[in-house]
Amino acid sequence: MFNRRFVLLCLAVLSLVACKKSDPHSSGTPGATIPGNLRILNLGNGAEPQDLDPQVVTGVPENKIINALFEGLVAYGPNGQGTIPAAAASWTISPDGLTYTFALQPDGKWSNGDPVTAEDFVRSYQRILTPSLIAEYANKLYAVTGAEEFHQGKLADFGQTGFKAVDARTLQITLKRRTSFLIESLKHYAWFPIHPKTVEKFGGLARRGTKWTRVENMVGNGPFTLKEWSMQQRLVVEKSPTYWDRDAVKVDRLVFFPTENIETEERMFRTGQLHKTNELPLDKTDVYRREQPESLRVDPLLGIYFFRVNVTRPPLNDKRVRRALALAMNRELIVEKVTRQNQQPAYNACPPMEMFTSPVRLQGDLAEARRLLAEAGYPEGKGLRPIELLYNTSQNHKKIAEALQQMWRVNLGVQVDLVNQEWKVYLDSQDTLNYDLSRAGWIADYVDPNTFFDLWRTGDGNNDTGFSNPDYDRMLQEALNTANDVDRMAVYAKMDALLMDEIPFLPLYFYTRTFALNPAVNLPQNLVETPNWKFIHFKE
Amino acid sequence: MLRFFASRLLQSLLALLIIITATFFMLRFVPGGPFTAEKAVTPEILRNLEAHYGLDQPLWKQYLDYLGSLARGDFGPSFKYPNRTVNEILGDKLPVSIELGFLSLVVALLMGLPLGILAAIRRNTWIDYVSSSFGMMGISIPTFVVGPLLVLAFAIHAGWFNASGWYSPMDRVLPCLVLGIAYAAPIARLTRGGMLEILNQDFIRTARAKGASELRVVFKHSLRGGLLPVVSFLGPAIAGILTGSFVIETIFQIPGLGREFVNSAFNRDYTLVLGTVILYAGLIMGLNLAADLTQAWMNPKVRLEG
Repeated sequence: MFNRRFVLLCLAVLSLVACKKSDPHSSGTPGATIPGNLRILNLGNGAEPQDLDPQVVTGVPENKIINALFEGLVAYGPNGQGTIPAAAASWTISPDGLTYTFALQPDGKWSNGDPVTAEDFVRSYQRILTPSLIAEYANKLYAVTGAEEFHQGKLADFGQTGFKAVDARTLQITLKRRTSFLIESLKHYAWFPIHPKTVEKFGGLARRGTKWTRVENMVGNGPFTLKEWSMQQRLVVEKSPTYWDRDAVKVDRLVFFPTENIETEERMFRTGQLHKTNELPLDKTDVYRREQPESLRVDPLLGIYFFRVNVTRPPLNDKRVRRALALAMNRELIVEKVTRQNQQPAYNACPPMEMFTSPVRLQGDLAEARRLLAEAGYPEGKGLRPIELLYNTSQNHKKIAEALQQMWRVNLGVQVDLVNQEWKVYLDSQDTLNYDLSRAGWIADYVDPNTFFDLWRTGDGNNDTGFSNPDYDRMLQEALNTANDVDRMAVYAKMDALLMDEIPFLPLYFYTRTFALNPAVNLPQNLVETPNWKFIHFKE
Repeated sequence: MLRFFASRLLQSLLALLIIITATFFMLRFVPGGPFTAEKAVTPEILRNLEAHYGLDQPLWKQYLDYLGSLARGDFGPSFKYPNRTVNEILGDKLPVSIELGFLSLVVALLMGLPLGILAAIRRNTWIDYVSSSFGMMGISIPTFVVGPLLVLAFAIHAGWFNASGWYSPMDRVLPCLVLGIAYAAPIARLTRGGMLEILNQDFIRTARAKGASELRVVFKHSLRGGLLPVVSFLGPAIAGILTGSFVIETIFQIPGLGREFVNSAFNRDYTLVLGTVILYAGLIMGLNLAADLTQAWMNPKVRLEG
């Protein structure tokens, strides 16, 4: 009895498995196949999006998807730079630089066919500033009159803030102080509109985490609409039939794959499952450079890799010691031999961009580094306690830390111990100033030097070094009050010089973004990884 | 039998409560929280976030509240994915992990049992040696080596499969094969050992003396006893396949529970960590109980005592 049952079971299972293997054509990689003549672009997107509510999420993977589903007032141009009209057709700025008046696209529509109105924008801004939504990026709107007060509950009437719908197609935003990078910052999704009626339907405007972002409910105003969202599988968006500039959209469908494991992602690229990866393993970069350079892309990324210095702890509270460490780093060697992705060695606080290339450069040689260390009382490193260098666990950070450890030992006689911690533990150590030196990175949200200088303001949530300088804080404010960008950039140059004198952090390099891209795809470079999807297309 | 069952169930519930308590408090003592991020939020926003999820309450109250909602079958909201509940995520992921686990187990049994039986019947011949070396390799080469190797050979070079994903039946083949091989190895070794022991017994000699065919000796007389070690291994093995599929799920981008389990710990997604731990603990206890019961059914020597 037993054996017959067993044999039968084996046969049944065997036939099942055999069935599965016998049909090679059932292998439909959805997306890689092309049903009809759809132009489908498959993209590695790093991680699973937390949510698709532009006023709740905070990450880079979300940013890319949200830019497909929603559209802000302005956007990046066809080459990935500059500013072109988006949901706003045109705008004017008052002579005092405080009042911005936007004329919305006359044909702007939500994906359900409703017109995009100025009232929608005002209600969106009211929503992100409502305390109970707990929008983590609400403070990005603080430059607007009354926004901060409303968000902190000190102002109850939203009508008294600087957001105003003049008529259905005219939006007016009044600032409490001149903010010359306002237009630039509007490209960040914290400024994107949501469809108030839809959000209201699913639990109200002021609640986070409701179901309005699900496939069946989602309404957006972007060039694409949400078609499928399978958690940890893929997210599919399709060209929107209601988008005002739909004729400009060149791709029919974008498929975003959550690709946490970059080795797997690279294999997906090689089997043709992806047109673009999110990253490329360091070891693979050289192979691609050698064997298929046409598929390798190394784009500049507006960000800086640096080491925070805890300036509250001896001996690092001595500016001379910090400076000695900064001067004894051979940045060229690290970029060329360790990181190997065309990063630019950093000798100041702010990466170069179109509007601002800092004239400041950390000056001095090894001899000066040794002299400074001796002056501080530690000739050839004698008498100096071992310094701990903290980094979050990762092969790449480890390689860099080891190279620096060696440089400081050989060049200065300083002993540096390496400590690695898991990501959140590391963030906590940094936040509580429980470190000597700590590896860090900062990627801009929008293209303006302000984002790099704001970091070192006294008490800024991301300062995390204990650095505080009243002159610096005053200049930061002064920069915001300048009448034009030329003056503003001059202030930033002074601030950069101050930072390179005080050294609250050791700059290492300015980031690049390395990824694999199918040569048939035309993808404009963008400095902050905010794509304008309508300008991405397959080469004819 | 019933007494045995009831007492085991009680023991399990107690163990579960201890596991929940330990996990709950250990999570809270780990540095960093669900809202610790590289780009820090302002202190007011952080306070609001914590209040929203009840993290501003005293720890004992949070613990009791959690147990209370658990009793109602509610695992709470996810911290990382604001528009999803833990129930929803677990409900989404568990079937995937079960499918992966079941298919892998089938592969493991289909490879392991015949190899083990053959090795036992043809002891000390080349078949035995091949089977033993396979067992040794399967045990000692980790899945994160076998996985990428198979992908390289069959997905990238041969082009038969996708490198990763979980969309079509074809996508099941490679991951189930890799995970199956890892468990086929111990199964083959256990089967061989169990069968050898039985084949040396007197009643087998009697059966052979009576002129029973070799097939009959193996399938009718030896298999039931010879497979006992495998059966007691299956309980922990199934649990291991389900909970240990993290590596496979990562290599092949499978949307299963293992990945959620590990990532939720990195994200400090307290409720999701607890949800997966409870689910896994329940599964392991249930499967061990099932293995005990099956063993008693197959082996009259084992009696279930309360």
